[in-house]
Amino acid sequence: MSSQDIPEENLPAEQDAHVAVADEKDPFADPGLPPHEHRIQDIDERAAKRSERTVALLFTVSMLATIGFIASFVAIPHDKSIFVFPIGHINAMNFALGLTLGAALFCIGAGAVHWARTLMSDHEVADERHPIAAEPEVRAKVMADFKQGAKESALGRRKLIRNTMFGALALFPLSGVVLLRDLGPLPETKLRHTLWRKGALLVNMNTNEPLRPSDVAVGSLTFAKPEGLEEHDHDFQNEIAKAALMIVRIQPDDIKDKRELEWSHEGIVAYSKICTHVGCPISLYEQQTHHVLCPCHQSTFDLSDGARVIFGPAGHALPQLRIGVNDEGYLQALGDFEEPVGPAFWERG
Amino acid sequence: MSTTETTESRSRGKAPAGERVADWADGRLGIYSLAKANMRKIFPDHWSFMLGEVCLYSFIIIILTGVYLTLFFHPSMNEVEYHGSYVPLQGTLMSEAFSSTLHISFDVRGGLLVRQIHHWAAIIFLAGMFVHMMRVFFTGAFRKPREINWLFGFLLFVLGMFTGFTGYSLPDDLLSGTGVRFTQGAILSVPIVGTYISMFLFGGEFPGVDFVARFYSIHILLLPGIMLGLVVGHLILVFYHKHTQFAGPGKTNNNVVGMPLLPVYMAKAGGFFFLVFGVIAALAGIASVNPIWAMGPYRPDHVSTGAQPDWYMGFAEGLVRAMPGWEINFWGHTLVLGVFVPLVLFGLFLGVIALYPFIESWVTGDKREHHLLDRPRNAPTRTAFGVAWVTGYMIMLIGGGNDIIATHFHLSINAVTWFVRIGFFAGPVLAFVITKRICLGLQRRDKDKVLHGRESGIIKRLPHGEFIEVHEPLSQDALHTLTAHEQYKPAEIGPTVDENGVERKVKGSEKLRAKLSKSYFGEEGQIPKPTVEEYKEITSGHGHH
Amino acid sequence: MKKLSARRRHPLAAVVVLLLALACTGGLYAVFAPADKAQAEETAQSLTIEEGKKLYAVGCASCHGTGGQGTTDGPSLVGVGAAAVDFQVSTGRMPAATSQGAQVPRKKNIYSQAQIDQLAAYIASLGAGPSVPTEEQYGPEGADIAKGGELFRNNCAQCHNFTGKGGALTHGKYAPTLEGVDPKHIYEAMQTGPQNMPSFPDTTLSEQNKKDIIAYLNAVNSDETVNPGGLELGGLGPVSEGLFGWIFGLGGLIAIAVWVAARTAKAKKS
Repeated sequence: MSSQDIPEENLPAEQDAHVAVADEKDPFADPGLPPHEHRIQDIDERAAKRSERTVALLFTVSMLATIGFIASFVAIPHDKSIFVFPIGHINAMNFALGLTLGAALFCIGAGAVHWARTLMSDHEVADERHPIAAEPEVRAKVMADFKQGAKESALGRRKLIRNTMFGALALFPLSGVVLLRDLGPLPETKLRHTLWRKGALLVNMNTNEPLRPSDVAVGSLTFAKPEGLEEHDHDFQNEIAKAALMIVRIQPDDIKDKRELEWSHEGIVAYSKICTHVGCPISLYEQQTHHVLCPCHQSTFDLSDGARVIFGPAGHALPQLRIGVNDEGYLQALGDFEEPVGPAFWERG
Repeated sequence: MSTTETTESRSRGKAPAGERVADWADGRLGIYSLAKANMRKIFPDHWSFMLGEVCLYSFIIIILTGVYLTLFFHPSMNEVEYHGSYVPLQGTLMSEAFSSTLHISFDVRGGLLVRQIHHWAAIIFLAGMFVHMMRVFFTGAFRKPREINWLFGFLLFVLGMFTGFTGYSLPDDLLSGTGVRFTQGAILSVPIVGTYISMFLFGGEFPGVDFVARFYSIHILLLPGIMLGLVVGHLILVFYHKHTQFAGPGKTNNNVVGMPLLPVYMAKAGGFFFLVFGVIAALAGIASVNPIWAMGPYRPDHVSTGAQPDWYMGFAEGLVRAMPGWEINFWGHTLVLGVFVPLVLFGLFLGVIALYPFIESWVTGDKREHHLLDRPRNAPTRTAFGVAWVTGYMIMLIGGGNDIIATHFHLSINAVTWFVRIGFFAGPVLAFVITKRICLGLQRRDKDKVLHGRESGIIKRLPHGEFIEVHEPLSQDALHTLTAHEQYKPAEIGPTVDENGVERKVKGSEKLRAKLSKSYFGEEGQIPKPTVEEYKEITSGHGHH
Repeated sequence: MKKLSARRRHPLAAVVVLLLALACTGGLYAVFAPADKAQAEETAQSLTIEEGKKLYAVGCASCHGTGGQGTTDGPSLVGVGAAAVDFQVSTGRMPAATSQGAQVPRKKNIYSQAQIDQLAAYIASLGAGPSVPTEEQYGPEGADIAKGGELFRNNCAQCHNFTGKGGALTHGKYAPTLEGVDPKHIYEAMQTGPQNMPSFPDTTLSEQNKKDIIAYLNAVNSDETVNPGGLELGGLGPVSEGLFGWIFGLGGLIAIAVWVAARTAKAKKS
């Protein structure tokens, strides 16, 4: 490229050949690559210099941004918050680090691309492609080599070797499978039992006190755990995942399901809080309709009608816990759930 | 022999240091022959060819930031009481995984930024792969010889989904824990082996004390390891096959036109890495992602409304939400169709798009290599199929966010769910029909343009008073570009009697193929492209109409 | 302390001290002054109830019945207590429009606080129910924010989202956002269970529990709440994050890719 300004007459002429249809015989034929056209930077050194300065400026901004990043890291207290319009109250350091790092990287990229687009050669080049499939001679040679190799190995002839080798290779991965055995215990009946048992008090999750019938008002919602289970227990998570209980009180006249009424105490009903679909803690209780909705997949159960499913992907009703009152007037379970709580599974029956 | 070598090395000894290093390496690695083939390798320019780079770069960013995060994260479910800087959780019981994530977010300087870069990059990685895959699909770039690379890409997308899932489950927060609970419930629904897989995966009952550590090794080692291998394979194949290109003057099926790797593509692609990283870093400085402190630690008896997975799992979430609650009990067993059907559909729906290239090549029976891309309109049936697939996918994404949609558009969540249930079947059919019609319409317009020229916008009044718009003839460049695509003939079943006059049995698959081929390439499937004869007849005649 | 001692010599210091002293005296008098006779109080109370009854007859009786016994258009108000009235009327939910959608929305309140108190007094006189909470009950003093968080996630988040952004219920009903809701109203809502929200009476969710929950909400969902990571994106979780990532993340990158791959402008003869 010339370093002087190129006079006007050296500018490329309009490409007449590519405007009109050249090929009379086949107007749709491939006219070939259009001739190269110059960019301003190719013919005007001032423009090229401008580009150079732009690229250099971008790289410089990047350097400054990196310095800014380090300065922010050192100078800004890590728990300082600032108000940035329109984002709101945010952590000052995260904001500063993100923007300076972003700027440092972005400017390197922008500089490199601007350089490539304006100053590097923009001549389009065509590369030939070659078929990927091998020539017939090569193919024949490979086939012949393979056959010879196979023959020399005598694998086809000595069947005893072949069969025992395949047997050995097929068997040994079993060791790996066996090694996985202790990943976990067998299911057995673990999914069928919870901590609820006859006489277990219903302990309020909020206050950690056993509940009395008078505590539970019509229209209220309470969550309970079995007596004896404490948050600090090592198996708390596993046990609460099955034992979590949802307690509501419905006017006995409004309870449509006969068994539900029998298992309740003065209209107080206790249902598993764990959705029978995939196990989310279902508890979006609408006190006027007695519907309870699962926030994960919108299964809807009617607590006034045996918690049967009225919408959504759950396949069966929420298990009910049979409750009563003990001698001291506290609510207690009259046994474990009669069916497994939570998601259904093959052995559930 | 040895003398020549010594003299050679002596003459090279005077070369500049850089060359000497290169010589040293070449003598051991043979880099010159590698460079000969690749240094000036040609890459065509088109913005849509850079979507793959978005994915590659965000993948690299994810690995870099991920390594940093492992320095501070404790993959343990031991219960601890929190006493860090975030006040609203002080004194709360939580797993070490959760508390170390809080530590990264509040007490490690820059930790929050790196966490957010990691998560934003993951969201963009998956979104990039989705769009990249659609670009390849709609331009037919998956055709021979690139079917294997299509499968590599598909696997990367699927593995990316699961890497993302195992990753956002690690902090053991209330949102991700709910997602893990859902996964466990879904595993339980698998007939016969469900309970066993669940017990083995979680080391016993849910949630147990093992899954964070197990997900951790899957998330940082197993899946990314496989993905790294696939990415390398994907790239090697891109280099080996050379990039595809759109038809145009000078661009044929036997060449590739563009700029050389050194220097232009080195600068552009290298620069683009920094651009991608810069944008994601800025995003992480401006926008919050996965604020686990607001969600609190996971407890199996706690939940929040609006419990969604990250977007790439939203499709599966939608399937689960839309499914009716079917459950079959028989002989003491339960078949949990309400959960198991979506699980199977998830695999099938994704599998269909993965296998499409093989279905199409079976229908066309085309065994040639294809390096020229199709414009989507020139493959109407394929395009319509793709749009139908995307429609189904999007409807399920809506299904996955049905509660958010219900509250923000003041709709009933039940109505949204019913819309999704019907839409999943009706939407793709509708999309197929409409897209095919649009494609055919565009093909007709292309044909008009070739035969009658382009509308110039100049209105002329003819002597008898009629107004017409003057059409300008197209350049040969444009004519070539608009007619470069190939059109298949519908496949025939062939003679049903052999040369001896004996009737042969026509296989069902043969009939199906002929039928499909007809719908692809028959009268309903494409507009015949203009021929030279048609063009000449019109242009030689009475000017342009 | 240093600041204070420096200001002691300010010319206006004497005036400030005087004013403070006056205010203290007045306050002390108000506290220790002999109480009015019980008789007078009762009269005032019954006057308030009278006023409330008049307001009730105009604004409420058409749906809730002339004696608050309820009709097909509105539930009985016997025993709902003053807290329910204060909540429903102060948040503008009552009186409701004649044809509402799935649930009665929050809107502009049309009554003065005095009128609301009168209405509340009247309804409270129909049957005992929870009374309007005092500042002491819902104020931030003595609250445990972390405990409040745990209680919130157990009792409230399932409908109102992690930080009280609201969520969907069945058939177009919804749990409203708790952003900008007066702590008093949150307290009353927990006590009384408005519309489809279940109630959380003191017997199952103690006064202290309620205080904790309100303090937690104030920490995570107020104008002053810090979102360390930046834009909160509605606090809705992955849906809004995904949308943001697609539009601004991938969208921005595609725009950049268009620039990177575009042909540079060619020089043309002018």
